[in-house]
Amino acid sequence: MTQRIVVTGIGATTPLGGDAKSTWAALLAGESGISTLEQEWVAKYELPVTFAGQAKVPAAEVLTPQEAKRLDPSSQFALVAGREAWADAGSPAVEPERLAVEFATGIGGVWTLLDAYDTLKERGPRRVMPMTVPMLMPNGPAAAIGMDIAARGGVRTAVSACASSTEAIANAITRLRSGEIDIVVAGGAEAAIHPMPIAAFASMHALSRRNDEPQAASRPYDTSRDGFVMGEGAGAVVLETLEHAQARGARIYAELVGGAVTSDAYHITAPDPEGSGAARAMIAALKQAGARPEDVVHVNAHATSTPVGDIAEYTALKRVFGDHLSNIAVSATKSSTGHLLGGTGAIEAIFTILALHERVLPPTINLVEQDPEIPLDVVTSPRPLPDGKHLAISNSFGFGGHNAVVAFSTYVA
Amino acid sequence: MALDQNEVLAGLAEIVNEETGIATEKVQLDKSFTDDLDIDSISMMTIVVNAEDKFGVKIPDEEVKNLITVGDAVNFIVNA
Repeated sequence: MTQRIVVTGIGATTPLGGDAKSTWAALLAGESGISTLEQEWVAKYELPVTFAGQAKVPAAEVLTPQEAKRLDPSSQFALVAGREAWADAGSPAVEPERLAVEFATGIGGVWTLLDAYDTLKERGPRRVMPMTVPMLMPNGPAAAIGMDIAARGGVRTAVSACASSTEAIANAITRLRSGEIDIVVAGGAEAAIHPMPIAAFASMHALSRRNDEPQAASRPYDTSRDGFVMGEGAGAVVLETLEHAQARGARIYAELVGGAVTSDAYHITAPDPEGSGAARAMIAALKQAGARPEDVVHVNAHATSTPVGDIAEYTALKRVFGDHLSNIAVSATKSSTGHLLGGTGAIEAIFTILALHERVLPPTINLVEQDPEIPLDVVTSPRPLPDGKHLAISNSFGFGGHNAVVAFSTYVA
Repeated sequence: MALDQNEVLAGLAEIVNEETGIATEKVQLDKSFTDDLDIDSISMMTIVVNAEDKFGVKIPDEEVKNLITVGDAVNFIVNA
C-alpha cells in the first residue's frame, strides 16, 4: 500500500503576519497586506509601480543580528518560517539522516547579488564580502533550514518561478514515498521587493499599476484587474509519513494526498490559453490521490490577478472539472497577500491545509465586479466547510510554462 | 601617526562583535581567532576587510594566515 503522508507543522511569514496563525487570522478577516513602498529608491528610480506586499514583520527583527548578517532576506524569511513549522511539529527528535528539506525560491538572493555588484563597481573586488556566494545562491534558503535543524537526508531546491514551492512540496512526496526518509520540511521563500525586479516585472506589464489604491490592486477575477502585486515572505510545512507521525503522537493537520508537475512548452511567460498543461497537473495530482474530479470541494487558485492568467486557469479548471466546477468553492488568496513568487505555493498550501483543518474557506477580497468570462464560485467571505472528509487542491504556475498542483485531504485515521 | 594599541584592540573587538556576536571583552590579545574565538575563514576575511576600512590600512591576503591571535592582528595594524 502507498505510504500515507501527513502535515504535522506549519510556519509562515507574510505580508499579513509574522507567523502562520496571525497570517491566517488576517486572511480570514479580509485584510490586505499590500501597501505603498516608502523606500527612497522608489522615487529615485521613478518606478512605475510604487507598492507591494512587504513582510508584516521584518525577518531581521526575529533573527539574531549575526544570523541576519549572513543570510540574504530570502533565507532569513525561510529560516523564520522553517523554525516556526519545526517548532509547531513539536521539534521532534529524529534521525538526521532521515530528515530532508525541500525548500524553493523563484529568484534567489537578488538583494545580495545586486548589492554586491554595486559594491564591486563602487569600491572594488576587495570589498565584495566572502559570504556573497552562499548568500545569493538559490539553494541558500533550503541550506539555512537544513543547517538549523540538522537535516542530513538531502537538502534540495526546486526552482520553477512562481510554481517553485508547490513543486517543492510535490517533490517531498516522492522523497517520503521512496522510503529513504521519514520527515521533510518543505516550502519556499522570496524576497524580491527590490527596484530592479520591480522595474523588470513592470517592464513586461505583469504588475498592477493601481498606485493610488494599493490595497485594491490585487483583484483576481475582477473585470478591472490589471496585473499582479509583488509580495515577499515564506511558508514552510512539516510533512512526514503517517507511520512516523503516529509513532511520535504528532498532531495532524491534514493529509497530503497528491502532488504533480507538468510543463507547457508553449511560451516562456504566457500561459497556454487552452490550459492543457495545468489541467494535466491537476489530473495527475488527483490520480495520485486516488480521487475523481467530483471529489474536490475547494481550490486555492493560482489567480494572480493578471488579465490573461486568471482566464487561462479558469479554462484549465473547466477542462478538469467540467460541470462539477460550479460545485467547487474557489479562493484567490493573492488578493490579500500579493504574489510571493517562489514562496506563494507554500503559503497557499498552508491556507488549503488550514481550510480543511479548521473547516473554513478563506475569502477573496477586492472582487467587486466578477469577470463574466470566469463564472467561478468565488469565496468572498469566510465560508464554513461541513463536517466530513474533503479534498482540496492548490495550483501554482510559473514563467517557463511550469505547472504544479498539490492535493490535500481532511485527515481521517 | 601610529595607531594606539588599545584603540586598535577596542576597534577590532567591535568589528569581531559585529560579525560574530562574540562579546567585545572576550576579544583579547592572547586569543586565537580560530581556536579560542571559533571564527571561520569567511568571517575572518570579512573582519580583515572591515579592519582595513576602519583603520585605513592594507592587510594583504598572504599576511592573513599569519594573524593567528588577536594580538598578531593588532600589532600588524599598529605597525602598518
